[in-house]
Amino acid sequence: MNLNSLKQLDEYRWTIPSAADQKPLPITLFGTRELLETMDDKVLEQIRNVALLPGLVGNATTMPDAHWGYGFPIGGVAAFDPKQGGIISAGGVGFDISCGIRCLRTNLTLDQTAPKIAPLADELFRTIPAGVGKEGKLKLSPAQLDDVLEGGAVWAVDQGYGVKEDIEYVEEHGQVKGAEPKNVSALAKERQRGEMGTLGSGNHYLEVQVVDRIYDAEAAAAFGLFENQVLVSIHCGSRGLGHQIGTDYLITLAKAAARLGIRLPERELACAPIESPEGQQYIGAMLAASNCALANRQILADLTRMAFERVFPAANLETLFDVSHNTCKAERHRADGDERLLFVHRKGATRAFGPGHPTLPERYRATGQPVLIGGSMGTGSYVLAGLAEAESRAFASACHGAGRAMSRSQALKKWRGEQLVKELDRQGILIRTRSYRGAAEEAPGAYKDVDAVVEATEKAGLARRVVHTVPKACVKG
Amino acid sequence: MGYFEHDADIGVIGCGATPEAAFVAAAEAMFGIMVNTRALRDERHIVFEFDETDLELAFVTWLNRLLAEARRHGLALCRFGLRRGGSRWLGEAWGQAWDDTIVPGTEVKGATLTMLSVRAAASGWEARCVVDV
Repeated sequence: MNLNSLKQLDEYRWTIPSAADQKPLPITLFGTRELLETMDDKVLEQIRNVALLPGLVGNATTMPDAHWGYGFPIGGVAAFDPKQGGIISAGGVGFDISCGIRCLRTNLTLDQTAPKIAPLADELFRTIPAGVGKEGKLKLSPAQLDDVLEGGAVWAVDQGYGVKEDIEYVEEHGQVKGAEPKNVSALAKERQRGEMGTLGSGNHYLEVQVVDRIYDAEAAAAFGLFENQVLVSIHCGSRGLGHQIGTDYLITLAKAAARLGIRLPERELACAPIESPEGQQYIGAMLAASNCALANRQILADLTRMAFERVFPAANLETLFDVSHNTCKAERHRADGDERLLFVHRKGATRAFGPGHPTLPERYRATGQPVLIGGSMGTGSYVLAGLAEAESRAFASACHGAGRAMSRSQALKKWRGEQLVKELDRQGILIRTRSYRGAAEEAPGAYKDVDAVVEATEKAGLARRVVHTVPKACVKG
Repeated sequence: MGYFEHDADIGVIGCGATPEAAFVAAAEAMFGIMVNTRALRDERHIVFEFDETDLELAFVTWLNRLLAEARRHGLALCRFGLRRGGSRWLGEAWGQAWDDTIVPGTEVKGATLTMLSVRAAASGWEARCVVDV
C-alpha cells in the first residue's frame, strides 16, 4: 500500500486526511508502517468505499492483518445504525458465514504427547472429514437441519456431541437468536446435508498446539492455560450452507441496492438497508448459518475428543472458547455519547469484548474475552484477551490471523506441497492432508509475520497477548 | 481458461467465441482449482436452468449453480455446457462421484462480484471474476 495518501495518527493508527474543502472520511487503519506497506492498495480502496455506505457509525476500520477481500476488505470492521438507514452487506460477512475458531485446552503436556504425536495426527486425520468432497457421517433431513439452524451448538450438545459445559464458552452461549431457517434456500439446505461435522479446505485446519510462551500469567491462569500444555484449535465455518446463503443473497442484495437507489462505488458491496425486507431476510438467513457454524465446530470438537481418547485414554479436553470472525452482529455500543443498537460487520475480524462485558462467562469477566488468532501451520498462533479500550477504537474487535502475504498462485509457484510437508515434518510439525496443492497454497511463507500482526494489535489497544502456541500436528483439507 | 491474481482468493478467466463459451471456459478454470479435471470420468450428467437478464450476474449465477449442483449430487465436475434462450439459461455438466481415488485440490466456496466483468474482446468474449476459496 502506498502510504503517501495516509496520515499517521500514532505508531499503530493511520487515517485518510481530508481535502481542505471536504469532510474527513471516518476511517482508521491499524498496523505498523511495515504491515501497511505489505497490504495491497485495494485494502485502502475497499475501506474507503465501506466508509461511504449509508448509516455508518463511528469509523470503518481495518485490522493489522487486513488484505484485499470482496467488497469489504478482509480484516474490516464497520458498524451501521438501522435507525439511520444503515445497511447490511453480504460481502461484509463473507461466504463462509461465522467462520471462526474453537480452541480446546487439554490436561496433557508436550512431554506426555510427544511420543505418540504421529499416532494422534493419524487418528485425527481418520476421524475428521477434511477436504473437497469429503462428507461427514451425519446426514440430516431438511427438518432436522432447521433444528440445527435454530439451535446451533446447543442442538449439537442435545444430540450428544459434547458436554453442556462447552456451551458456556461458545459465543452467544452456543445459540444465536433471530435465526430464520425459512429464509434459507432449499438448495443451501441440500448442500449441507452431508457436510455437518466437516472441516472443509483452504485455510481451514485442525491443529494440535503447545503453549510455549506466556505473556500474561494472570489471564493465562483464568483461561486455564499453562506452559507446555497441549491445545487444539479448530478453524472452520458454516460449510456449504453458509456458502450458498452468501451466494443467494449476494445477488439479492445487489439487486436490492439498485432498486432502492443506494449508490454503490462497487457492485461487490451488495447491500440493503437493515430495515428493508431484503435486509431482514438476509439477516435471518445469515444468523441461521451462524448457528450452523457453531453446531459444526461443536461436532468437530466432539470428534476431536474421541480421537484423543483413543490415543490418550486419560485425555480431558475442555472448551476454552469459540468465537467467529466472519459475522454481522446486533450489539449495543456507545457511539456519539449514547448507547445504541448497531449492526457490526466483522469480515475477517474477531469480536474482542473487554473485561466486565456482561455477555462474557463469569470465568472470563475479569480478564476479557479470549480472542483466538490463527497463524500459519509452520509458525504459531495466539490466545489474546479483549481490552476495554477496543470498544471505542473498533467496536470491540481485533485481528483474526496473520493475513496472507502472497496470493495462492504465487505460493503454488514457490512451494511444492509434498516437499513442504516433508520439511515441516523435519521441523517437528506433522501435516496430514489429502491435498498437496492445498498445503502449498497454505505454506507458512505465504502468510505475514503473525508476531508482528499480534504485537500491532496489542499496541493499538485492540487486544493483549496472553499465550503463544506452536503447532505440532495439523489436519488440513 | 486461465487465472488472475488476488490476495487471498483466486481470479478465474474464461474466453470463447460467445458469452456461453466464455462461461464454460471459466467453469473449467474454477473446477480446475478443486480437482485435476482431466483425470475425471464424465460418467454422470446433470442439468439445471436459471433466469437472469444481467449478463454479469448470469456469469456469477452460472458458476455458483455449478458449485451447488456439484455438492448436491456429490460430484467432481469436468465438462460443461451452457445454452441461452432470452433470459433463460440452460446449464449442464458431466463428472464423477467423489471418492478417495480423486486427489482433491482446494475447495471453492463461491463466485463473487469482485473483479467481475463479461465483455466482448478482440478475439471473442471474456468472462472473469474472483472465486472465494
